[in-house]
Amino acid sequence: MKSEFRIKSFCHVKNNTISFNGSVIYENLESPDFLAFAKAAYRNFDIKYSKFFKMDGLSKLALLASDVILKNEHLDSQKENNIAIVFSNKSSSLDTDRKHQSSIEDADNYYPSPAIFVYTLPNICIGEISIKYKLHSENSFFIFDSFNAEHLLNYSNSLLSIGKADEVLCGWVEYNGTTYEAFMYLVSKEGITQHTKQDIIKLYTI
Amino acid sequence: MSKVYLSYNNITSPLGFDSETVVKNIHHQKSGLRLINDKNILPVPFYSAIIPSKDVSNDFERLNISGDFTRLEKMMISSLSKVIKASNKPLTDRTGLIISTTKGNIDVLDKNSTFSKERANLSTLGKVIKNTLGFKNETIVVSNACVSGILSVAIAKRYINQGIYDDVFIVSGDMVTKFILTGFNSFQALSDTLCKPYDKDRTGVNIGEAIASVLVTNDKNELPNEAVVILGEGASNDANHISGPSRTGEGLCRSIESACKEAKVTSSDIDYISAHGTATLFNDETEAIAFNKLDMGDIPLNSLKGYFGHTLGASGLVETIIGMHSLYNNTLYASLGFDKHGTSKPLNIITKTTTKPLDIFIKTASGFGGCNTAAIFKKIK
Repeated sequence: MKSEFRIKSFCHVKNNTISFNGSVIYENLESPDFLAFAKAAYRNFDIKYSKFFKMDGLSKLALLASDVILKNEHLDSQKENNIAIVFSNKSSSLDTDRKHQSSIEDADNYYPSPAIFVYTLPNICIGEISIKYKLHSENSFFIFDSFNAEHLLNYSNSLLSIGKADEVLCGWVEYNGTTYEAFMYLVSKEGITQHTKQDIIKLYTI
Repeated sequence: MSKVYLSYNNITSPLGFDSETVVKNIHHQKSGLRLINDKNILPVPFYSAIIPSKDVSNDFERLNISGDFTRLEKMMISSLSKVIKASNKPLTDRTGLIISTTKGNIDVLDKNSTFSKERANLSTLGKVIKNTLGFKNETIVVSNACVSGILSVAIAKRYINQGIYDDVFIVSGDMVTKFILTGFNSFQALSDTLCKPYDKDRTGVNIGEAIASVLVTNDKNELPNEAVVILGEGASNDANHISGPSRTGEGLCRSIESACKEAKVTSSDIDYISAHGTATLFNDETEAIAFNKLDMGDIPLNSLKGYFGHTLGASGLVETIIGMHSLYNNTLYASLGFDKHGTSKPLNIITKTTTKPLDIFIKTASGFGGCNTAAIFKKIK
């Protein structure tokens, strides 16, 4: 099936490696866990978002992946950039949910904190990216059992075809404390890859 | 593009287990909020609207469905099954299912829960509802903070316009849990009195729980009396702060403009605003700024939080359903808890339940993460 929209670029963050359009652009195989990896990658790419260190794992993962894609767009923040953000994952914000839960479980060890609680929503990572790139666009966070190319395809086509967005930053950002994986891609009117379910799956599984 | 309608609907809440009963209670300005003093949930007393567990069980047992279900699952299954039955629609491969929730079965993380921790996964909740009620397609779970309920309506419409589905059933719900209350309390966002949206003396939110279900369809036949057509919708991020609204109402303004543009209406066409009105200082002030910027300050407006509390991922849909009935009944319902104007810009708060010919209303919502959504509806009958 042909599509009127194209995939302009894509990014993977997994296994201590960040790749852009299929080529490795950063790896740090010594990092003991994602948070150490994320810190090193943040410094390497000189991202400049001081809140990064206060963010939870899911937001760090989403910000790293979207920075790779959006930096390449050389956005002019003085102009209107109508790039919608449509993310999905399996574990929602459960890693942070468990942290909040452990802060309220025991009356003798009771320390609920707004700095943690605010991250008990998966769409907070979209908020962080919107702030960093000044995107006043459409956004939504979906939960599926596994990567759902068909849903992302249908929903981003819908946003583009009814004119709610000029481009859509789409993807899967899964972080559950022990494992992590981000796959993000930019859907646009131009680009080298067709925007079809098969093409999305092909890029996802690279 | 074919028209998309909001059709059969249900609200399950402390004010009743069907939309008509809930609306009747709102007409009589009855609130579901009560003072609760339970140190196992929160060290301080709090106001909340909680559905009695006995009523949840009784309502669910009528269905004769066997299996081990959480409290939220029971309420979602009961509520949604009523809407499926009323609509008389078969569940085919052209039928979608959306679940709108912020926290789903988050209470299973508690050490005393008898359910497996895996049940906290929202995709598991999606599977339980899909399989129990016999949907063919995978559940789409929308978890986008406090705009989830109204955003789900926009998403359902987009799916139908895209030609993927003909019918989409939405069930939205969140519960009052220790998890949620302790979190909002840590933000010092909870009011120690009944919440007072837009009032000068407002001090914060009351958290409540509710389930709302609706059929979104392109089938203009067999619609109930209160059905509405969706004229337009839009969502926009503030790109300003993750836990507070933009002081300028930027995202809210943009979402309303996006909805108005698609609906081809201007502020003078809108008869009623069903606003978010959480009763926090900043939220209500931001809304007043946004509505005034868009020349909507004189449109009759209410917040329904004084009846239900803030029902999080359900609130947008609960309030949309009340709006549908408001149009059909030609009645503007009083914004409970409001006495004295308390925003820097004027708002036309509905202080007394009044009858008036109504045709078009707008529903707006804002949430953590800077998200805002607006949708505009017009009555059919």
